[in-house]
Amino acid sequence: MLNTVYQLKAPRTFELAFSDIQLDNEHIIVRPRYLSICNADQRYYQGLRPEKVMREKLPMALIHEGIGEVIYSPIDEYKPGDMVVMIPDIPCEEDSIVAENYLRSSKFRGSSTDGFLQEYIETVPDRIIKLPDGIAPQVAAFTELVSVSFHAIKRFTEIAHERRDTVGVWGDGNLGYITSLLLKTMYPEIRVIVFGVNDNKLADFTFANQTVRIDRVDESIYVDHAFECVGGVKAASAINQMIDVIRPEGTISLLGVSEEFAPINTRMVLEKGLRLFGSSRSGRSDFEGLMELYRENPGLSYYLENIVGSVIEVRDLKDIVKAFETDIHKLIGKTVMVWNE
Amino acid sequence: MNTYGLILAGGVGTRMGNIEKPKQFMELMGRPIIIYTIEKFAVNPELDKVIVLTPRQWIKHTEDIVAKNIPENDRVVVIEGGSTRNETIMNGIAYIEKNFGLDDDTVIVTHDAVRPFVTHRILEENIRLAKEYGACDTVIAATDTIVESKNHTVISDIPDRSVMYQGQTPQSFKAKLLRATYEGLSEDEKNILTDACKILAMKGVPVRLVEGEVHNIKITYPYDLRVAESILGGNTAC
Repeated sequence: MLNTVYQLKAPRTFELAFSDIQLDNEHIIVRPRYLSICNADQRYYQGLRPEKVMREKLPMALIHEGIGEVIYSPIDEYKPGDMVVMIPDIPCEEDSIVAENYLRSSKFRGSSTDGFLQEYIETVPDRIIKLPDGIAPQVAAFTELVSVSFHAIKRFTEIAHERRDTVGVWGDGNLGYITSLLLKTMYPEIRVIVFGVNDNKLADFTFANQTVRIDRVDESIYVDHAFECVGGVKAASAINQMIDVIRPEGTISLLGVSEEFAPINTRMVLEKGLRLFGSSRSGRSDFEGLMELYRENPGLSYYLENIVGSVIEVRDLKDIVKAFETDIHKLIGKTVMVWNE
Repeated sequence: MNTYGLILAGGVGTRMGNIEKPKQFMELMGRPIIIYTIEKFAVNPELDKVIVLTPRQWIKHTEDIVAKNIPENDRVVVIEGGSTRNETIMNGIAYIEKNFGLDDDTVIVTHDAVRPFVTHRILEENIRLAKEYGACDTVIAATDTIVESKNHTVISDIPDRSVMYQGQTPQSFKAKLLRATYEGLSEDEKNILTDACKILAMKGVPVRLVEGEVHNIKITYPYDLRVAESILGGNTAC
C-alpha cells in the first residue's frame, strides 16, 4: 500500500514522499487523527537546530504527539475503529536497568525516524495503547507530552528524599502547566508553587497553591524540591534560581530542552548537597500509568483542554504550514492538527 | 455501513504495448499495481466489501495475487466485469444486490485499478459526499488550457480554465440512483458514455466534487509507469 509521508525537506518546506506498507500478520495500521505540534518540531521547522543536525536528519516527517484510529489489525487485541495513542519511542533492544527512552539504540518518531505526519502509521501492537473514554481528542493528541511529565514525576518519587512539603515548578508554559497539574493530581498533599514570568499565564495555574513571578522571589520563599520546565536560553537562570531557593539535599528535576550549555552555580550545588537529574521522553509504562491516571481523575482532561490553543484542520501541505506558522505566534497552548489529509 | 468498493480492472492493457498482461498487473516496485489499489480499499473500515471487477480470464490470477499479498482478505472478492466501464459497474451493483441486498442508501465507490496513489482522505470524502448527496466525482483543477475542436482541425471553443477540472477517480454513487438513471438511457445515449458521472450529469442529477490529488495519477501508458516510479523514488516539494 502506498503511504504518503509528509517530510520536512528544509526549514519551512515540506515535501511528499511515499513508502510502501505491505500488510502482514504482525503490524497494525493506524490512521492518524489528531496530531499535536511540539517545540521540538518547531526547532526543525524553523531551522533552529544546528546545521549539522538538520543536514543529518532531513528529510524527515515531524510530529511525535498524536492519536489515531486503528484501520487494520491482524490481531484480536485491536479492532478497526479503536482510538489509540501512538508511542513515538521505538526501542530496539531490552535492558534490565536502562529504561527504553534512555537507550541510545532506541529510535524516536520525528527525531531519528519519520514522525506521525503520514497518511498511515504502521506499528507493532506494543507501540499503541487504547484511549480511555471521556478524553477530548484534542487533549489526547498531546498525551506524549503529558507522559513526559508523568515520567519525570515518577522518577522524582524514586530519587527525591521524602520531605516533600513544598515543590516548585519553574516555567509557565505548556510543560510547566502539565507538570504542576500532574504533580498536584498525583500528590494532592504537596504544596505546589509555580514560578513564571507572565502574570496572564500564571493566572491559568488555578490548581497550584501559589504562583510567583521570578523577579519577585524573596527569602520567604523556599521549596524542598524543584522541577525545571523552562528550557532554551532561560534554562540557566532558572536553574540558578532553583539552586538558590531550594533547601539543602533537595532534588532538582530537569525537563526543559536547550540547545545551549547552562552554566550553573556548582559551588552551591555542592554546599547544599543537591541532586540534579534529567528526564527525557517516556516509555510504554509511562503511557500506561498516565491512562490509569486519566481514568481515576476525569477532571484532568478539563484542565488540559485549557491549554489547547488552536485546532486546525489539515487537508494538504499548505494546511500543515498554516498550522506550524500559527503555532509560532501563540503565547501559550498547544496547536492541534485534525488530520484529514 | 452498506458501502462497497468497486475496483474497475476491466482493461486489457493494449495501450501498455503488452497484450499479454493488462496494465493493472504491471509491476510497480516489485508488486502488481492493482495490489496497491486494493490494499487502500481493503484497509478502509467504512467499506463492507471490496469488489474487484476484472476480465474473466484474469479472475484466478487476481485472486492469487490478492491471496499472496493481502493477509486479511476476506472482504475482497473478485468477479467478472462487463463489456464497457458502465456495464462493469452494473455487474458490480448486480453482485451486491444478489449477495447483500440493495437499499436506497447503498453506496458504491468506483475506482480505476490503475490509480494506486488514491489517498485515505479522498476515499473518506467520497463516501461522505455520496451518502449525503447521492453522487460525487474526484477532480483536480485544470492547469492546462482546455481546447475544444469539434472537427479535430480547428478550434471550436476554448472554455474558461477557471471552471475546468480534470476527472480522476473514485466516482461514488448511491447504487440504486445510478442504476435507475442508467437504465433510463437509450442505447444511443449509453453508447456515447465513457464516464459514470455523466450518466447522472446528462440527466440533470447533481454530482458533487471531491478534491483529488495531483499525484493520484492513472497508469495507462509506459510513460505513466515511469512517472509513478519517479514519484515513489523522488519527491514533490511545496
